[in-house]
Amino acid sequence: MVGWAIAVHGGAGVDPGLPVERQEEARRVLERCLRVGAAGLRAGLPAVDVVEMVVRELETDPVFNSGRGSALTRKSTVEMEASIMDGHGRRCGAVSGLTTVKNPVSLARLVMDRSPHSYLAFDGAEEFAREQGVEVVDNSYFITEESMSMLKRAKEANSIMYDYRVPAPGVDSASPGLEGAKVENGLLMNGLPISVYAPETVGCVVVDSNGWCAAATSTGGLMNKMSGRIGDSPLIGSGTYACGDCAVSCTGEGEAIIRSTLARDVAALVEYKGLSLQEAVDYAIKERLDEGMAGLIAVSRNGEVAYGFNTQGMFRGCATEDGFMEVSIW
Amino acid sequence: MGWAIALHGGAGDIPLSLPVERRAPREATLRHCLELGVAALKANRSPLDVVELVVRELENSPCFNAGKGSVLTTNGTVEMEACIMDGNTKKCGAVSGLSTVVNAISLARLVMERTPHIYLAFDGAEAFAREQGVETAHSSHFITTENVERLKNAKEAKRVQIDYTQPIKGAIPSTKGDSQIGTVGCVAVDGHGILASATSTGGLVNKMVGRIGDTPIIGAGTYANSYCAVSATGKGESIIQATVARDVAALMEYKGLSLKEAAAYVIERTPKGNVGLVAVSANGEVTMPFNTTGMFRACATEDGYSEIGIWPSGINDDLEYPNK
Repeated sequence: MVGWAIAVHGGAGVDPGLPVERQEEARRVLERCLRVGAAGLRAGLPAVDVVEMVVRELETDPVFNSGRGSALTRKSTVEMEASIMDGHGRRCGAVSGLTTVKNPVSLARLVMDRSPHSYLAFDGAEEFAREQGVEVVDNSYFITEESMSMLKRAKEANSIMYDYRVPAPGVDSASPGLEGAKVENGLLMNGLPISVYAPETVGCVVVDSNGWCAAATSTGGLMNKMSGRIGDSPLIGSGTYACGDCAVSCTGEGEAIIRSTLARDVAALVEYKGLSLQEAVDYAIKERLDEGMAGLIAVSRNGEVAYGFNTQGMFRGCATEDGFMEVSIW
Repeated sequence: MGWAIALHGGAGDIPLSLPVERRAPREATLRHCLELGVAALKANRSPLDVVELVVRELENSPCFNAGKGSVLTTNGTVEMEACIMDGNTKKCGAVSGLSTVVNAISLARLVMERTPHIYLAFDGAEAFAREQGVETAHSSHFITTENVERLKNAKEAKRVQIDYTQPIKGAIPSTKGDSQIGTVGCVAVDGHGILASATSTGGLVNKMVGRIGDTPIIGAGTYANSYCAVSATGKGESIIQATVARDVAALMEYKGLSLKEAAAYVIERTPKGNVGLVAVSANGEVTMPFNTTGMFRACATEDGYSEIGIWPSGINDDLEYPNK
């Protein structure tokens, strides 16, 4: 038997100017979600059930960018995506392009458990949602005033921007590095540092008392993204990964996370290079991201927890069986 | 060190009894594509250009499950996906859910080069295609009678198949014993060790609408970095969970395995009958392992070696094409 452990995140790349009350609000939500997860673990739920349950909580709360409160596409709509992976057997499920499903992570779970496939998207995923009878709502449910005003500012800045929760007067003042975000009219070269802060994707990783690991990640993606854009969160090996050794959930610049297959790399460093969990996390963040900005949470089969991020802050927290719990931002 | 190229037309349960009228066109296409790729490498085209042009050619052939000749969803439609990766920069592009784009691989390249994103899908990808003015066609361009037949068989057998039918007791064998077409892909390296990979597919016969497989998932069906370039084929769901393409490179980098060792290791650890891959290394080595009955494949290296095959070497492999 192993001591269980759980870690959560609410996104990497936090505005240093974020008002204290917003920081407190975020901490409270993270703490609440950790308690929910810990209760599940104490009750003997397997890791995969716990990560789903916790990410559902994070999706439902509008504080973070997933489910309600999601970043908006250029068309002012919400397109959500999520993935879940059970390290026990490395089964996985993912969804993209959801517009009405209240809890994307649960639909990802159903793809894993009740379809012959691993990944469903857009109309096909919405159709599957209806077949499965999951809770659906109008797309407007997910859109908040705040995300509408963020979209407006993003369009004005004519850039893709990370999701901010700060009602700041202007984008530039809130974000060091966003000066680099000015782009040629409509034509962007992938790899140019166009922005530096991560969307507040949410995620959870768990190792249960049996040593089984699981991970889940959920997001609305990038503010002002092209409709149809898929980021790292639903991509197994990029935003989410779990195997016998560990479980990982990432957040940050989706494109950088994909190019570095960040989640799988952490696990591969443990599995193939024999690094410890924290060493693997540190190595991946330092060596694999190039100019990309991202963060991740990870747990190992031995009950260890690790974080890594090269951004200014990452909303995160963890709890372990021995009673330890912490929530941090910086 | 020198250039090298490998390409595939899909791995699966290709029966040894495949009739010659089904074999010959595929072997001819593989040979033709190999020649095109080799000529391009000799002309100093970048590996990224080479893999794109080879995959375009494979997409345009109705023999393989990509572009024209794509297998059908449960609704009888095509939903194509593709992915391209530049090992030098690790830039990549992917598309899914295309129904009118003649060359999905080229759209994937445009996503990589002309958007701030990596992956566009379904309506958004189709809209981007129109903005970019790429060639599009009516579904009749892509749908072949063989694939209509395959869908019918799959529905009758009430299962999803990787284009290659596992013989099922009592099931009517598919027409002329031919369900054997699969994903296409190409990997290439030039004399400087620059690598690239590209993969394209119509997916699984009778797949659910909206189903995405391994092909467009970086690290699953497609991957390239400074160590190697990999394109995988087979059962998408298995390839995703095993992060096949990424793992080959990771084993080389983190465990110090050679290309052949790394590729063999990954293939062995994936359930039998589910996967094949082609890979090249920065040093100009090639490997094309698979744990299925067969894999349509071809490769060539600068030192003059070339190979075109379907089944494991030595098994009913009467290649009519002498090594160049």
